[in-house]
Amino acid sequence: MNIIVLVKQVPDTETKVRISADKRGIETNDIKWVINPYDEFAIEEGLKTKERLKEGAVTVVTVGPDRTVEALRTAVAMGADHAVHIKADGMLDTYIVSRALAEVCKKENAQIVFTGKQAIDDDQAATFGYVAELLQYPSASVIIKCEISADKTKATLEQEGDSGAKNIIETSLPAVIAVNKGINTPRYASLPGIMKAKKKEIKTYTLADLGLGSETSKTADSDYQLPPERAAGKKLQGDAATQAKELVRLLREEAKVI
Amino acid sequence: MGNVFIIAEQKDGNVKRVSLEILSELSRQGIAATAVVPGFGDLSKVTDSLVDHGASKVVVLEHEALNQYNTEAYTNALYQYLSSQNPSVVLTGATSHGKDFLPRLAAKFKTGIAADCTSFQFSGDKVSVRRPIYAGKCSKMVEFSGAPAVFSVRPNVLATQTGSKSGSVEKVAADPGSVKAKVVSTVASQVKKVELTEADIIISGGRSLKSADNFKILSDCAATVGAAVGASRAAVDAGYAPHDMQVGQTGKTVSPKLYIACGISGAIQHLAGMRTSKVIVAINKDPEAPIFQKADYGIVGDLFEVVPLLTEELKKLKSQS
Repeated sequence: MNIIVLVKQVPDTETKVRISADKRGIETNDIKWVINPYDEFAIEEGLKTKERLKEGAVTVVTVGPDRTVEALRTAVAMGADHAVHIKADGMLDTYIVSRALAEVCKKENAQIVFTGKQAIDDDQAATFGYVAELLQYPSASVIIKCEISADKTKATLEQEGDSGAKNIIETSLPAVIAVNKGINTPRYASLPGIMKAKKKEIKTYTLADLGLGSETSKTADSDYQLPPERAAGKKLQGDAATQAKELVRLLREEAKVI
Repeated sequence: MGNVFIIAEQKDGNVKRVSLEILSELSRQGIAATAVVPGFGDLSKVTDSLVDHGASKVVVLEHEALNQYNTEAYTNALYQYLSSQNPSVVLTGATSHGKDFLPRLAAKFKTGIAADCTSFQFSGDKVSVRRPIYAGKCSKMVEFSGAPAVFSVRPNVLATQTGSKSGSVEKVAADPGSVKAKVVSTVASQVKKVELTEADIIISGGRSLKSADNFKILSDCAATVGAAVGASRAAVDAGYAPHDMQVGQTGKTVSPKLYIACGISGAIQHLAGMRTSKVIVAINKDPEAPIFQKADYGIVGDLFEVVPLLTEELKKLKSQS
């Protein structure tokens, strides 16, 4: 089974965001780049799926500048069999990224595609669905459990619904499955894995190689802003009972939120 | 502005509030919009409400297969209808369903998408949106080339108002197409929960809660005002709360009217997920906790002492009103 995992390299969650001078992005000088945390769960689910089925290969795919190869090497060190880098610089929107990823999924004859439910930098949560539609595959997101049928034609998924509900979804394969935290615990890269990853040959495409040379983004970003600082608040005085009483009064009369 | 379509969402014949929030904002900007609502059966309450909030026209996409939400059925039915209407803008609420079908719909139009926007502005023939990124550590403006512009709007951000109430209602037979993935069953939560991302009030707990059982202190308090209960990543990672309660950069981004953080120090990832809350209350033993810098009201104290007293005060308030 050809298991494809779509990953994105993102700034670590500890990153303190600073806006670039042209306000069209953030300062990237001191950023520590990591695999999007939700995509780590997707890599792990890909590896687990291969282990459960006792056959198949896991191919990890990313789009971005040269630095993003590092994310692929980390995935290989965790156990991925193959890696594909779609080399592209500059601002790439969901449209271009999804088109490129879908082309690679076609080339690799993807039978199941895993990815994270969203990337923690852009928070669009759109790539999984966009890619699925381009491939004419079914899709499901916020998945916390995935079981593949013995004949590998179906999957049973558990989806986190609203208000704590869980949906059980049945889908035919191939499909795009976007996973959430909680589905598994990603493994650490092993030392032999890290050695192997250093030497791993990475397949590289440009957008032109994928027939997308004349495509441009359909959205343009500008005017990045930091959120307004909140004005310093009030610390309430007195004993706990007084504070609780005063808080309720303030929420009722001053803030008018209860 | 050309043809603006808002995809309204309903469940069991009740409209989602975010659909009304979007219509209200369109009215304020003087934009005539058609509300499209997939569904089946008696949706008169939904259509009345959409008209009341300013829809110039309501189109019910009717099919039995649209009675319950389904990713492919919704996408197919919406595309089949919208592609015949020459849309310039298609927008919906950034609910769990909205986030699920909208990328597929955008892909069908081979157009751009902007998700979870907190504002949008029509100007001449163009629409621009603002959306928080990095879980709210910053935001950016997005403009679209090509049509339609497709975007979703975060719930709880825009105010509702009733409008001209002169819209018409039309029913259109929908085509849900073929479906490869479907929900076969739903297991509701054992405890009745308010959805975090749509809650007006959220009471959240951190690792200082010390156990899963102690979250009951928060849910008791939440119950008095119909609030949702959230948790910090530290509390989730410690196993005190399930991940679907996590607020922050690797959890949910929320913007309730009132956010009460109990025993949460205020790590950068957590602040990112709740900083757009209208009013923030912090209850923490440590007077130096960073959360106090973001809080409108702070109580330096032991949450195990303060929260039950707060619950009592809220009960008193409710019994008076």
